[in-house]
Amino acid sequence: MQTPIATTRSATGIPTGRLAIWWVVASEIVIFGGLLLSYVMHRIGHPEWAIAQAHTHTFVGAFNTFVLLTASFTAVKGHEAAEKGDGKKAAKFLYLTMGGACLFILVKSLEWTSEILEGYTIQANGFWAFYYTAAGLHALHVIAGAIVIFFVARDAAKGRNLQRVEYVGIYWHFVDIIWIFLFPLLYIAK
Amino acid sequence: MAQASAATVHAHEHGSHEHKELHGVLKYLWSTDHKVIAMQYLFTGMFMAMVGGFLAYVFRMQLAFPGKSVPLFGYVSPGRYNALITAHGSIMIFWVAMPVLIAAFGNFLIPLMIGADDMVFPRLNRLSYQVFLLSVIVILSSLFVKGGGFGGAWTAYPPLSANAKYNLTPLGSSMWLMAVALEFVAFLLGGINFITTLMNARAPGMKAYDIPMLPWMVVLASIMFMLSVGPLIAGAIMLFFDQNLGTGFYDPARGGDPILWQHLFWFFGHPEVYVVLLPAVGIVLEVIATFARKKLFGYKTLLYTAAATAVLSFFVWAHHQFIAGIDPRMANIFTVTTLIISIPIAEMCFVIIATLYGGNIRLSTPMLWALAFMGEFLIGGVTGIFLGASGADIYLHETYFVLAHFHYTFFPIAIIGTFAGFTYWFPKMFGKMLNDTLGKIHFWGTIIPFNFIFIPLFILGLEGQQRRIYDFQNFPELQHLQPIRILATISLVVMLLFQFVFFFNVIRTWIKGPKAPKNPWHSNTLEWTVESPPPHGNWPPDQMPKVYRGPYEYNHPDREDDYWPQNIPPEREPTPSPAR
Amino acid sequence: MLHGLIPEASSFAGNIDWLIFLVLVLVGFWFIVAEGVFFWLIFRFRSRPGHKGQYLTGHEKHVERWIKIPHALVLICDVIIIIGAVHVWYIVKMHLPPADYTVRVTGQQWDWVFQQPGADGKLDTKDDIYTTDSLHVEVNKTYHFLLESRDVIHDFSVPVFRLKQDAVPGRTITGWFRPTETGTFDIQCAKLCGIGHGVMVGSMVVETPAQHAAWVAKNTPTSAQ
Ligand code: HEA
Ligand code: HEA
Ligand code: CUA
Ligand SMILES: [Cu+2]
Repeated sequence: MQTPIATTRSATGIPTGRLAIWWVVASEIVIFGGLLLSYVMHRIGHPEWAIAQAHTHTFVGAFNTFVLLTASFTAVKGHEAAEKGDGKKAAKFLYLTMGGACLFILVKSLEWTSEILEGYTIQANGFWAFYYTAAGLHALHVIAGAIVIFFVARDAAKGRNLQRVEYVGIYWHFVDIIWIFLFPLLYIAK
Repeated sequence: MAQASAATVHAHEHGSHEHKELHGVLKYLWSTDHKVIAMQYLFTGMFMAMVGGFLAYVFRMQLAFPGKSVPLFGYVSPGRYNALITAHGSIMIFWVAMPVLIAAFGNFLIPLMIGADDMVFPRLNRLSYQVFLLSVIVILSSLFVKGGGFGGAWTAYPPLSANAKYNLTPLGSSMWLMAVALEFVAFLLGGINFITTLMNARAPGMKAYDIPMLPWMVVLASIMFMLSVGPLIAGAIMLFFDQNLGTGFYDPARGGDPILWQHLFWFFGHPEVYVVLLPAVGIVLEVIATFARKKLFGYKTLLYTAAATAVLSFFVWAHHQFIAGIDPRMANIFTVTTLIISIPIAEMCFVIIATLYGGNIRLSTPMLWALAFMGEFLIGGVTGIFLGASGADIYLHETYFVLAHFHYTFFPIAIIGTFAGFTYWFPKMFGKMLNDTLGKIHFWGTIIPFNFIFIPLFILGLEGQQRRIYDFQNFPELQHLQPIRILATISLVVMLLFQFVFFFNVIRTWIKGPKAPKNPWHSNTLEWTVESPPPHGNWPPDQMPKVYRGPYEYNHPDREDDYWPQNIPPEREPTPSPAR
Repeated sequence: MLHGLIPEASSFAGNIDWLIFLVLVLVGFWFIVAEGVFFWLIFRFRSRPGHKGQYLTGHEKHVERWIKIPHALVLICDVIIIIGAVHVWYIVKMHLPPADYTVRVTGQQWDWVFQQPGADGKLDTKDDIYTTDSLHVEVNKTYHFLLESRDVIHDFSVPVFRLKQDAVPGRTITGWFRPTETGTFDIQCAKLCGIGHGVMVGSMVVETPAQHAAWVAKNTPTSAQ
């Protein structure tokens, strides 16, 4: 398939890929927005959920926050390198970001395993239902991000499609920001 | 290539692939050409319209002749009745109105009307259709699984929808939910494509106010869809977990709240009705401008009213929940917003009507459909005001008055609007001219019975007859209304029979209709400057069009012809034209 | 306005019908004007040989007012309708006149269960009367109802009263009505609630004070006395 002329045009002056990624982020924001708003309304209506919430592992959550933020930082570095046309370096940074994503998922699965073994399953009560649903949806985005970043990094290493480094970066920041909302709401606001 | 794709399209339609080897079919299924994808959406939507119409036939027969075996179907049990109406409502909205109005017309026309050779992300476009096709397969097969199709209405209120103990359709309800979710994904993918294409891929010279109305409307609709569907996707995940993982998001006994779903659903559900309204209005505007030979009466006014409708539509959702047990003070707020939204829509209607003023109106088939849209939609619109007035809705809620209200909006949009667009762009899509006489027979054979189906339903509603009841013999106060129900059903059968005229016309034209010229209606917009049907890539790469003026310059005083295509360079130094 | 179609049997039925009539007049007017102009324009500007269309942008002062003025007038109509709607809504749903009796109405798949006071006139005492599918009330008395549901969402709807209210599991919703005509009327369940939704019918029996007293006396559980 050839690239259509349409794809090469830019009536707004903004690259089409960047436009698209912003619209993706917009549509995702409303998904998480709906979920989080539902959670907050319920949480306000159920003060007793604080007891369940006390069983979350705040330290683990904080560690994961740190992992994600670091991964965001390397994504920014990757973008910088890509701007300068250094695909190799950009790829290296992206692989670091991907590593961060994997670490996040690893920590998360250990955390969940211990919680489930303690009996706090998704059916346990309303809080745990929201906890697993919101964090799970977020984790899916982390996994998807890791996969996409892998392919983009592989291309970037060969010097191809360097503009995409920026786009996955935008997406990754979004995933990060969602976590910044999730972490206090699920772990801290007791 | 274009000829070949038209042929495969046809083969696809009739399910007979004998004269095409697998290779051709595969190529067709995997094409990334926006026109092929448009055809895929169009024919899938057409097929689903026939399914939806058939379902309507089955349950209307049951309502008119309760307990009798329905020809071509059989007995309608209460459980089946619920499944039938649920499938009818969901299919007509999600698998007919959306794919045809947004995906089919949007895909076919956006690149052509803005002078591009394709969408900006052709492979994303193909993926969108493939996900959509999957959703079609899931929703159709959900009707045949053990336990039967989901019967909790298209609004799927929990706890009924959340628990198999209550709805008795463990598989059907999850599959319904999955099909709807897949459909949402398909339209999110498609929407991103439409929006970015319109933003970035316009022909040189085409400024924002030179874009024809249809691309504007489809893109506005896509934005609305994207911003309203998110919370419902979150809600659908929660509902899915309630159904299958035993969570209690909507179960009050376990700290959940059934009303939450209603908010999430209608926050999407109300914008959704304008999501399908706007593209239909776009079609109607193109047709009316062309056949009235008139510049639109206030291009910017139309854009602003459409945008105002889009924004306001996010603030009216709870008018579906006046009686649902929400805080009664909230009802007052939503009454105000609901009535305010009538203002941009009224203005939009007035502008469409005023466009006729000073025109030179030719009543060809597409124009008849477009005018009928206007005439009929007004009925649907003004009856919405009765429902929006909270005090009156206490009585009218869930009655056939609501039903008649929204069929008077949806039918003009999804059926009349579609036919307007289909007959108008048929020459461009298939390169043949439809027969006008047959078209007019089909028009009158559809419009007249339409009113005889749904005007009686208003009366039934005012008498207190409510929706989603499989047999009214159990209600002493409603028994004497049977003749009205029979009238509505007979009108439906008549209308369905007249659809054969339409199919006959299309097939006959396809076989031996006269060839269509490039620009049969002497229209201004860019899609009429390519061959009919347009080849792959639309224009030769070195002759991509440039745009010099707005799309609706009919009967311009500086010009001899009564039309002035957008791509024709000005003959002399442009005179400072009057304000657009 | 609707009493030709269906009786008005509660104190607020007249208010609701009046509101429907008000809306009918206002939007009916606009509907007729809009359709009238529409068909007139189609006829007046039909294509004729030698006839040429005009070039108007819609922003000329002398034509723009044909949009601007109706726009303002529709706004005024909207305000009138809003005032009417809020007024009626207030009467029916936002205020509770003092009750003569209180009853509890419970929806379940697929019938109505009514609990009403026995001879002592008080709810939730030992002599309460439980009935399914028919509610006996006294004419011209103000009733409060406590609406509940055991399983899914139902909707307590009495068309002749113009009364409708969802019954939501987990909540108790309080409302009121005051019957003004005797007779037996339909109670519907107006929210789809499963396969039995179409048979979830009840009857509202509005009785004279004497009839009602006799009914209560007859049905009050003897064990409680
Ligand atoms: C595309 C479809 C579509 C459209 C365009 C509309 C448009 C409107 N709808 Fe409708 N509606 C539905 C589809 C649609 N609706 C559906 C599907 C349902 C039921 C869902 C279900 O329960 O299954 C529904 C239900 C519904 C309800 C809930 C009823 C109930 O369940 O109790 C309400 C209540 O406010 C409502 C109001 C309105 C209003 C105010 C408009 C307005 O947008 C109309 C504005 C237009 C005009 C007003 C006409 C033009 C103006 C004039 C001619 C000027 C004169 C006007 C005035 C003086 C005000 N609709
Ligand atoms: C777009 C929306 C749409 C459309 C077009 C229709 C069309 C029709 N509807 Fe439907 N209906 C709904 C949306 C729609 N409906 C919804 C949302 C519900 C609520 C469901 C619920 O309660 O959950 C409903 C419910 C509903 C009920 C209520 C059931 C009940 O509550 O008990 C009834 C009853 O009469 C009914 C009747 C009809 C009839 C007779 C038609 C006829 O007009 C149908 C005639 C069909 C055709 C004439 C098809 C012709 C088209 C073609 C031949 C193809 C052309 C295609 C191309 C050119 C691409 N509908
Ligand atoms: Cu209970 Cu419908
Ligand atoms: Cu609405």
